[in-house]
Amino acid sequence: MSFTNEQLERYSRHIILQEIGARGQSKLLKARVLIIGAGGLGAPAALYLAAAGVGTIGLVDGDAVDLSNLQRQIIHSTRTIGQSKVESARQTLAALNPEVKVLTHQGLLKADNVLELFRDYDFIIDGTDNFPAKFLINDACVLTRKPFSHAGIIRFQGQLLTYVPGEGPCYRCVFENPPPPDAVPTCRQAGVVGAMGGVIGSLQAMEAIKYLVGVGRLLTGFLLTYDALAMEFRKIKLPRRKNCAVCGPEPTITEPFDHEPPAACEL
Amino acid sequence: MNLVIAGQTKEYPEGLTVSRLIEAEKVATPQYVSVSLNDEFVKSGDFGSTVLREGDSVEFLYFMGGGG
Repeated sequence: MSFTNEQLERYSRHIILQEIGARGQSKLLKARVLIIGAGGLGAPAALYLAAAGVGTIGLVDGDAVDLSNLQRQIIHSTRTIGQSKVESARQTLAALNPEVKVLTHQGLLKADNVLELFRDYDFIIDGTDNFPAKFLINDACVLTRKPFSHAGIIRFQGQLLTYVPGEGPCYRCVFENPPPPDAVPTCRQAGVVGAMGGVIGSLQAMEAIKYLVGVGRLLTGFLLTYDALAMEFRKIKLPRRKNCAVCGPEPTITEPFDHEPPAACEL
Repeated sequence: MNLVIAGQTKEYPEGLTVSRLIEAEKVATPQYVSVSLNDEFVKSGDFGSTVLREGDSVEFLYFMGGGG
């Protein structure tokens, strides 16, 4: 693939990298990434992926921009309060990099639309704020053999893991089932520092870029945890669960399904 | 006996079960924590019957659902 002069300049800092180069940049320009949730995690992930020249970025979100979102969801702005988040995000990404094709999916991710939504994408980013969605993304990715980045943030803490089909454990290996609604605090109840989304969402973008270019070691088989107050990252080795209900040898989950309604974190 | 809890070596009395360790470590959401012991997940139903031994390495994994 040949680059235009504008592309050579826009992506020069990538192209100069031995690990990316012209080849890697071509891969990014052809890549398709779906981001579920245009919120605290999805915002920085989408911005960095658009800036990196990922050819197609899909955004799934059912909400509208609210003033209380702007403390962390840096893809939206005061001017776009009241607009749908996917449209607000699309405008920001288009302004940052008009070359990127942004596909918006207004609405919630459900068992009856997840397979169709995921089908055309190379990598999925879980930027959701609730456990039913996180389990649905995991199950759909395992069942359709899609790689994804899972993440969660609350207060001053965050964590992430990367799933690649055939390599390492899935999210359900670590947590077998979602906790009951309200059993575990949400960001609305417990709060979250806005920059937490920046740290962890950017790491999700980094994992997507490494996967798409095909360089480095992914966070498969590990949970990376970040404690901002102690300023500590830990990379915890994760085993596979021998009888995992979705990725184990005798799975009992063979198609995606919806869990109980979420104890929603403020979007 | 010495146990390695979340990467830190700590001393605990012999015969400690995973359930007792969860109490001793003041795990915030004890009924929803996942536990890996020497690179294998312990079923939550087995926390009370799993006795820890010298040198065991234990990790607690916590639900983190935020992101919006």
